[in-house]
Amino acid sequence: MKIIVLVKHVPDAQFDRHLTGEANTTDRTESILSELDEYALEAALQLIEARGGEAAGHKVIALSMGPAGAVNAVKKSLQIGATEGVHLMDQALAGSDAAATSLALAAAVRHLGAETPVDLVLTGMASTDGETSLVPAQLAERLDLPQVTFASSLELDGTRLTARRDGDAHAETVEATLPALVSVTDQINDPRYPNFKGIMAAKKKTITTLGLADIGVDPSQVGPSGSWTAVESAEARPARTAGTIITDEGDAGIKLVDFLAAQKML
Amino acid sequence: MAKVLVFIDNPGQVLKKSSLELLTIARSLGEPAVALNGELHDDVAAALGAYGVQSLYRPSAADLNDYLVGPKASYLAAAVQTADATIVLTENSAEAREVAARLGIKLGAGVITDVVAVDPDGTAHKSVLAGSYTTAAKATTPVTVLTVKANSVTPEPAVTGTAPVTSTVRVPDTAAAASARITARNEKPASGRPDLAEARIIVAGGRGVDGNFGPLEDLADALGAAIGASRAATDAGWIGHDAQVGQTGKTVSPQLYISAGISGAIQQKAGMQTAKVIVAVNKDAESPIFEIADFGIVGDLFQVLPQATEEIKKRRG
Ligand SMILES: Cc1cc2nc3c(=O)[nH]c(=O)nc-3n(C[C@H](O)[C@H](O)[C@H](O)COP(=O)(O)OP(=O)(O)OC[C@H]3O[C@@H](n4cnc5c(N)ncnc54)[C@H](O)[C@@H]3O)c2cc1C
Repeated sequence: MKIIVLVKHVPDAQFDRHLTGEANTTDRTESILSELDEYALEAALQLIEARGGEAAGHKVIALSMGPAGAVNAVKKSLQIGATEGVHLMDQALAGSDAAATSLALAAAVRHLGAETPVDLVLTGMASTDGETSLVPAQLAERLDLPQVTFASSLELDGTRLTARRDGDAHAETVEATLPALVSVTDQINDPRYPNFKGIMAAKKKTITTLGLADIGVDPSQVGPSGSWTAVESAEARPARTAGTIITDEGDAGIKLVDFLAAQKML
Repeated sequence: MAKVLVFIDNPGQVLKKSSLELLTIARSLGEPAVALNGELHDDVAAALGAYGVQSLYRPSAADLNDYLVGPKASYLAAAVQTADATIVLTENSAEAREVAARLGIKLGAGVITDVVAVDPDGTAHKSVLAGSYTTAAKATTPVTVLTVKANSVTPEPAVTGTAPVTSTVRVPDTAAAASARITARNEKPASGRPDLAEARIIVAGGRGVDGNFGPLEDLADALGAAIGASRAATDAGWIGHDAQVGQTGKTVSPQLYISAGISGAIQQKAGMQTAKVIVAVNKDAESPIFEIADFGIVGDLFQVLPQATEEIKKRRG
């Protein structure tokens, strides 16, 4: 099996996050591997391990698109257990919206599948920065693959894929045939951490850097010129500040109701 | 005048408030039309007329619900072309966003999600990075696709009602070719409380409820509120995953969010910190939730909430 896992380098949500520059793009200085992509990586590793792993010729390729620093997301994926890494990097990609991102990623997936076909493209349910969840569905559309998104469980029997989805009004069972695109939620597994062995092994693994020319994408198709949306203005919201804090002295429930009444919430 | 197409997926017996909001926004942007999937009940048809819908489109295929997203996007793309619409509005649910995502690629149209307001020129306002920025964005393409969050406007019927002209849109035969099939669907039991995404008031519980959502449910019923939860509470199986608020649950912006027994981890805050008023009840004065609470009570939720519920009932006599 050949599985591509999309891994994104995103600003660490533990710190303040910022938009910068004229195009109001996300500042990626303090960035990490998007936590939600770790679930996709874990799902990929479990699928190949159940089939004999790398020794049996199965591969998990971690693919990241992003500036120079994004290679760290690829490195971390290799430490966790991905077999190969690919970093798609090009100045022209900066400031791509979901549509332009999915165009570049679709071209990269096609490029990586040119010699031996890709069976599965796995992603997290959303990136922890943009959080639009647009890219997985747009990638499926562009690659003409069945999309199995928000999977909270995943089983593979030959080329038959079965997943569970936990929707608002109902839970669904979904079936598709490989090749397919799957996005997974944080309900699907418990991602493993890199261990010492993994960190050492990662040093010997290859990371391929691809540019737009390698994947046959014209620079005008991505970045602000290839994007179909533009951010016109952004305003930092004043951080929420703490209000009144009281300690319960046996009447806090009543004070709570007083507060709600004062707010006209009753 | 711009033609604005609202996608309404399986409305059921009555139109949801969020659909009425979309129709209200649509009217402020141009001539409203609806692309409907699923059955059309009388109440829904009446509401569409009351909200000034001029044209109603329905798919030629009846099996769109049997597949995941792909065929719905194909249908909607055909409807946009038939209606000659330049703006498409959908709700902001996970599935509607994905329909919008694929529609965007099919039409070469920019998609903006999580929208809370739309200007007459199509500029969309939203907040990003867990509510730390508000942005204005615009599609640069001939067609704009917007997914709008619930509670963005107050629904208002049109001054003069309409009798929408209904037509059938041909769904391409190939629509289902590369789509995943939905082989089973289990309806979740309805709680009788307001829908979490649309609720004006939410009472949310975390690990601190220790398996007992009873006091929260009582307070929620007294306030007409929906029940939410932290991931710790849903992971423990005390309440369904669909109650989860946060980064990997629902993003909500109610008028009032009462957080009880929730520490306020960044992933939880990401889903609720745009609430207008935040009340927190937590035993631990050091909990990060107190950093953003308008009214915080350091105390035991099992004492505070029942007392509040009693007091509300008493005042209402
Ligand atoms: C990838 C990822 C995604 C995540 N997504 C989400 C998400 O969408 N939503 C979410 O909520 N979390 C999410 N989390 C989990 C998040 O990091 C926290 O672990 C979680 O929110 C903690 O839940 P909690 O506050 O209920 O539990 P805890 O952190 O254990 O806090 C429980 C609180 O209850 C208080 N308490 C206990 N007993 C009482 C009592 N009797 N009365 C009053 N207070 C009491 C305690 O003082 C404590 O502050 C995610 C985590 C990851 C890694």
